[in-house]
Amino acid sequence: MKVSALKKDGELHFYFDGELDEHAARITRREMDAFIDENASAEKAVFHLTNITFMDSTGIGFFIGRYKKLAAYSIPAYFTDVGSEADKVLSLSGVYTVVPKLPPEKRRQERENRADAYQSNGGRKA
Amino acid sequence: MKNRMILKISALGQNEGFARSAVAAFAAPLNPTIDELSDVKTAVSEAVTNCVVHAYKGEESAENYITITCEAEEETGVLHIEVADTGCGIENVEKALQPFFTTSKSAERSGMGFTIIQTFTDGCEVVSEKGGGTVVKMKKKFGKKAGDNAE
Repeated sequence: MKVSALKKDGELHFYFDGELDEHAARITRREMDAFIDENASAEKAVFHLTNITFMDSTGIGFFIGRYKKLAAYSIPAYFTDVGSEADKVLSLSGVYTVVPKLPPEKRRQERENRADAYQSNGGRKA
Repeated sequence: MKNRMILKISALGQNEGFARSAVAAFAAPLNPTIDELSDVKTAVSEAVTNCVVHAYKGEESAENYITITCEAEEETGVLHIEVADTGCGIENVEKALQPFFTTSKSAERSGMGFTIIQTFTDGCEVVSEKGGGTVVKMKKKFGKKAGDNAE
């Protein structure tokens, strides 16, 4: 599994690609935590799960672990673009009560673009 | 007709993906849906991960083995899977089956492995003895119609 991390407008974005199991989590955990430590002043963190092709219960512990790490810096965490396979496992665990799901990124961006256009139009609908 | 596979692999983290993919490939002739196959892969992954992490206490030695036995029943569309280890065994199986129960809280374990196996399969039995290894027996019926669960 590969995780790409980036900071954009004060937000941390983590893009997951591949299979998240116990073996992959062991390797990824350290890299992600180091990135969080380097960006402790971030306002929020988003886990993008679009390209996760497999996830078992290791994923539950993994995301709760990162949630706790972020919470220590008062950074709220969110999921987005959760595919059906990961969703089935995450739903069962109740993890969404502490790491809520945001609307899919594409829809969110469209909404933000509409809001920007509305503001630049002096409050009139674009 | 019945078809069988017996797979013996070292209890190493790197074999988790291989184990679930091998079982999924063996199950393919039973014509599972993508969702059903995904359930099987998840359940197998949970059982194999338990062997790596708990049965052999994360020892990661090529000499520790996991034996996966599968039997496919073509007529009924049922796949039987057994994941066996010769590790430390489970002291209290009933307790281990409870959601969120884990013996290693510090290592980010969710304690949801057996709950996921029970949810994603159509039958699960855990046979274990302290010091005598563990066998997780699972059953998955493919092509299930509404009401098939009623017994």
